[in-house]
Amino acid sequence: MRATAWTALGDETAEDVASMDTTIREILADSGWLAVDVAALSDGDDLYAAGLTSHGSVNLMLALEERFDIEFPEQLLRRRTFESIAAIREAVTGLRNGTAGA
Amino acid sequence: MSPPLLRRARDAGLDVAARHADAVDRDARFPTEAFAALKAAGLLGAMVPRDFGGEGATLADIAAVCHELAQHCPSTGMIYAMHQIQVACVVQHGQQSAWHRTLLERLAAEQLLLASATTEAGIGGDVRSSSCAVEASGGRFRLEKNASVISYGEAADGILVTARRTPDSPASDQVIVAVLKDDCRLEQTVGWDTLGMRGTCSMGYRLSAEAGIEQILPLPYADISARTMLPTTHILWASMWLGIATDAVGRARAFVRSEARRKPGATPPGALRLAEATTMLNQMRASIVGAVRQYEEALGDADRLTSMGFAVAMNTLKVGAAQTLVRIVEQALLVCGLNGYRNDSEYSVARHLRDAHSAPLMISNDRILGNTANLLLVHKDTMGLFG
Repeated sequence: MRATAWTALGDETAEDVASMDTTIREILADSGWLAVDVAALSDGDDLYAAGLTSHGSVNLMLALEERFDIEFPEQLLRRRTFESIAAIREAVTGLRNGTAGA
Repeated sequence: MSPPLLRRARDAGLDVAARHADAVDRDARFPTEAFAALKAAGLLGAMVPRDFGGEGATLADIAAVCHELAQHCPSTGMIYAMHQIQVACVVQHGQQSAWHRTLLERLAAEQLLLASATTEAGIGGDVRSSSCAVEASGGRFRLEKNASVISYGEAADGILVTARRTPDSPASDQVIVAVLKDDCRLEQTVGWDTLGMRGTCSMGYRLSAEAGIEQILPLPYADISARTMLPTTHILWASMWLGIATDAVGRARAFVRSEARRKPGATPPGALRLAEATTMLNQMRASIVGAVRQYEEALGDADRLTSMGFAVAMNTLKVGAAQTLVRIVEQALLVCGLNGYRNDSEYSVARHLRDAHSAPLMISNDRILGNTANLLLVHKDTMGLFG
């Protein structure tokens, strides 16, 4: 799981990935959008099954944009982009590397 | 070879639905005669793909039927629309499952009527939350739902019910299960004595079901809702509302014409308002046609169907069509004057007005506007003129 995620990360180092994961998990934990403890979720777990609603996912997006200083383009504004911590990390990484939505 | 779908709908609408529309409205009863005619004409299973014995009708075909039926009996049009929304969910998301493939065959062969139980008492109208849950054990499941509305529940052959996936799942982690008449018991909790749309018999029930777990649709309800239930609901409801508006404007036109004939040379005072109503009617029609095109282009593309832009487009269709319908019928009433206000005149738009006022309330416009407002915090409109 980790290894495959890394290969897709381009310039990002292992350290960046770890800190991004921590930040994403912090946002999720602080938000109260999930019905379960974030610590109990693995990177690939379905966030919608964990209680994320469409209303919650909009606020998650806004929090990610603010924290990572990015803007999600229209083609990433779909359910799949926010379905797991791994998917969010991939989208954020892509946006920071300028390869998003490809 | 049977006549085209729309011809059969027109025949059933004119010959049967129209004849019983007043009684259906007055007595708040299910349009039994109209549905017998629709079944006989094979219109209930029309959207089932040919591989399963249906006609493979498109959503555009079905929208045209809703528009036609609602001109004669809006309750018939609405029940037909609601049934087809359930059929669309099974067609789009049931073909990978053996049980639902059999259901598709039965929908075509037996012309079964499907209802839905999505709203739940105590949830406050949010169909994307459930408190009841599927309790599975040994290949079977039990489900108890205090459904605040199951339209035409007693006339239906099957009901699509939403519930939490398991008793431990959060409120938003829902599945949808198809239960047949023999799988469930309905105990009425709330009646249906309303201003309009009286024939839909949208009573509340306590639903108790026991069935096989294979009857649960495989895809999460969140996806089924975004990809199929939400767009088909808004498109078919709007089409059916256009039918009400079309008939109201038709009566206003007939009234203006009769006035003009009486005093040749002088344009009747209502003619200008008729022109205004016709402008709104054409706007409403164009918004539906545009939404149908958007849906058909996105069909089969899960990413497009679950995109925010698509949700915003379907939300705005619903809110706009519901508002416009009310304004059109009000305008038609002003044109026809007291003749429109009377229940017993050929120019009456009294029932149209009562029925129209249900449109902004069915999945409340305010709720949908709130949802759209939330999406607009991040959505960017990148559409060109033609999509």
